[in-house]
Amino acid sequence: MKMSGNEYAEAFREEAAELLAELETSLLELEESPDDKKLVGRVFRNMHTLKGSGSMFGFDDVATFAHQVETVLDKVRNGDIPVSKTLIDLTLEARDHIKKLLESLGGGEIDAESGLAIIAAMNRLGDGDASAAVLAEAEAAGSATVQPVSTEPVVREAAVAKDEAAREEPRLVHYLVRLEPGPDFFTGGGDIAALVPELAKLGECTVLAECCQDRVTRQEACDCDSFVDFIVSTAAGENAIRDVLIFVESSCKVTVTEGGAGSDGEEGHKRLGEILVERGDITAEGLNRALSQQRPLGEILVENELTSPLRVESALVAQRELDKKQNAAKAAASESIRVAADKLDRLIDLVGELVVTQARLSEIASAIEHPGLAEPVEEVERLTAELRDSVLNVRMMAIGITFGKFRRLVRDLSSELGKEVRMVTSGAETELDKTVIERLSEPLIHLIRNCIDHGIEAPAERLAKGKSAEGEIRLIASYAGAQVLIEVIDDGRGIDSDKLFAKAVEKGVVKAGAELSREEINNLIFAPGLSTAAKVSNVSGRGVGMDVVMNTIRGLKGKVVVASEAGRGTTISIRLPLTLAIIDGLLVKAGDTHFVLPLEQVEECVELSREDIARFHGRRVLQVRDHLVPYVRLRDFFAMDGERPDLEQMVIVHADGDPVGMVLDNVIGEHQTVIKSLGWVYRNAEGLSGATILGNGEVALIVDVATVVKQARDAEAASV
Amino acid sequence: MAEQGGITSGQYLSFTLREEAFSVEISKVREVLDVTTLTKIPRMPDYLAGVINLRSNVVPVVDLGVVLGMPPIAKTVNTCIMIVDINVVGEALPVQMGVLTDSVQAVLDLSEEDIESVPKMGTNLNTDFIKGMGRMNEKFLILLDIDRVLASEGKAVLREMGPSVLADAV
Repeated sequence: MKMSGNEYAEAFREEAAELLAELETSLLELEESPDDKKLVGRVFRNMHTLKGSGSMFGFDDVATFAHQVETVLDKVRNGDIPVSKTLIDLTLEARDHIKKLLESLGGGEIDAESGLAIIAAMNRLGDGDASAAVLAEAEAAGSATVQPVSTEPVVREAAVAKDEAAREEPRLVHYLVRLEPGPDFFTGGGDIAALVPELAKLGECTVLAECCQDRVTRQEACDCDSFVDFIVSTAAGENAIRDVLIFVESSCKVTVTEGGAGSDGEEGHKRLGEILVERGDITAEGLNRALSQQRPLGEILVENELTSPLRVESALVAQRELDKKQNAAKAAASESIRVAADKLDRLIDLVGELVVTQARLSEIASAIEHPGLAEPVEEVERLTAELRDSVLNVRMMAIGITFGKFRRLVRDLSSELGKEVRMVTSGAETELDKTVIERLSEPLIHLIRNCIDHGIEAPAERLAKGKSAEGEIRLIASYAGAQVLIEVIDDGRGIDSDKLFAKAVEKGVVKAGAELSREEINNLIFAPGLSTAAKVSNVSGRGVGMDVVMNTIRGLKGKVVVASEAGRGTTISIRLPLTLAIIDGLLVKAGDTHFVLPLEQVEECVELSREDIARFHGRRVLQVRDHLVPYVRLRDFFAMDGERPDLEQMVIVHADGDPVGMVLDNVIGEHQTVIKSLGWVYRNAEGLSGATILGNGEVALIVDVATVVKQARDAEAASV
Repeated sequence: MAEQGGITSGQYLSFTLREEAFSVEISKVREVLDVTTLTKIPRMPDYLAGVINLRSNVVPVVDLGVVLGMPPIAKTVNTCIMIVDINVVGEALPVQMGVLTDSVQAVLDLSEEDIESVPKMGTNLNTDFIKGMGRMNEKFLILLDIDRVLASEGKAVLREMGPSVLADAV
């Protein structure tokens, strides 16, 4: 394949992936509210677009298949097929099949049989017994004599049969009924008005010639050569109309013309000429002649010297552009641009560097104290901050886009395991960095699987426990300060901490006599190789999942905590930073090294003098107002050489809700921190989450406050 | 470049570590810098000398001498940092790393005849780290397999630093 071909294929695949995701979401929503016509429309449009772009880019398999599904969906849209669970199931299957088709283009095997089966089953839903029989026959023929390669024609046959069946079905048709009363019609006691209710029995009936009707009902206009038009929308057929009119036929000229299928929604607006021709008022030739005499409006305007040809030309161009735009707008309701992720990354890198340079500039400017310099430097600072925020915002995506996938997972898995599970999501609009969202998907899948497999009990067991048969999984995303909190909550059986502890001892993860709090025990589920599930299923139970969850979340600089109440359910909370790229920090110094403390965790700064230390006899606590605050000396924690100053600074941070002091030499000030990874070599550095570059080119280390506090606490606990 | 029994002829960059001559393939070396401000990362093994700011990127620097069992480097005017690309298993792109050296000498053209195979013993070095012995004006220099030296040390770090599972979990 040519390079360009590949690119198009790639573009289509991306588009298709999006469409499929949307399709899935819409289908699942539709299952919940089957009467929502809008949702049906959305499903139909998705399939239609898949078909369209599929055939445009040469993915004929996809296009053919999507077309067949679309045919069925069209009937759903018209209300011929009700929205049922079976329909949703089948459409979901069809969606998966399309996905497979797309994936198999890389050179996999295409399972035409399964696609055929899906279509056949879908068609059976829609058509009466007759066509189902035809289909069954076709299928039988297909499986008996036709090779898998030639299954397509069978489907086509089936489709044709189906169409025929459809044609026999009553369809709503508009008829134009024209009565031209003869000279002796009214004198003979004819009453057109009496016909109206008769016609209305057949279907919706509209009387067009009202001006005449007034007179004719009063039987005054006997000699008028006017006529009365009815439009009758009926499924009864032309003969039924003629039956009604049979009594007036002798004295009137009656014409009944079919006005096209009412079910055809694409008929839309008709031009005057077309209607006249259809009604036989003028001939097509006459219309064309008349039209050819008509000149474009622009020409007329120019001729009358109302405007110049140039202006008309420009207006025409504008008109074409408008048309184009309108079409484009129809194609994509929300305007967006697809940008390669690496371009965006480069942009963010550059903005990061700009922020660093700007900080340096501000530093120099404040040192020089030049009156003219201060203002532009401030302006640059403001602009840079705005630029930084908007660029970072570009990367932010609503987490809701992944929710659809989870709904599907819950749906499929619960039916597979014979459990009834309802999924409730909230906070779909919560935005997170794109990479975070992408990498979050796998751990969330693990968590949800665990909920369904281990957490939620079978319906009978739930009822026995006095719970509703249907279990509930709540997936909640919300902002919590500069972090995003994602919670997966189930109302299942909870974690059996005794069993878990026993298992942990058995696996040698903890010592037999270890005294652990309930919370600590619950968090053992994140240890690799631990699973309390009695048997390993293909869903979960190998004890790998939670380990993966922990590692991924850690990699995203997030935290996972599990809370559980036996018999009541489990809550798993994931905290993630909003972005991985830039944070506001407090720049401090201990020894020769600069450190950055994340500003969102900083509460206040106090001083720590030698007298304070003496007052508490070397115990690492300080009285701050009414409270005792424990502290960690960074010099000690990071094992740094050198004398500490007489007056130290203590920055009070909150870690896990408790205030803890970080004792250091100097507080320098706020610093816009562009987070850089310490690199592969240092990825296991303890107590540090990264590095940043200062205005003067030096590297400062970003302190992972929570880890420092935790390790200091553990170290103390170990030494007591 | 011809490949023959693991010994590759071609261009090498020679440098010294505690007065001993070493060299690496020039293709591995991205650039050579004068030593700048090194920020030491606390609580890390000695051979990890710290990080530097390389055009707004944070690059880790390794004291290669310590890796090979020598005393830590003493900074002089000749001290240089070689920025090398290391292929690490499990990483898609080469990892950029700085290597502290006592001095960087010259680019050498070594043909196959100039390269001898690794002596089985006597170098006091893990022979896995050595690609061969280069001969240059009657002197020998050790051709290092820098990927192995640094990537394997990295693994050792992981083992050393890997906190216990329990500490992770609770």
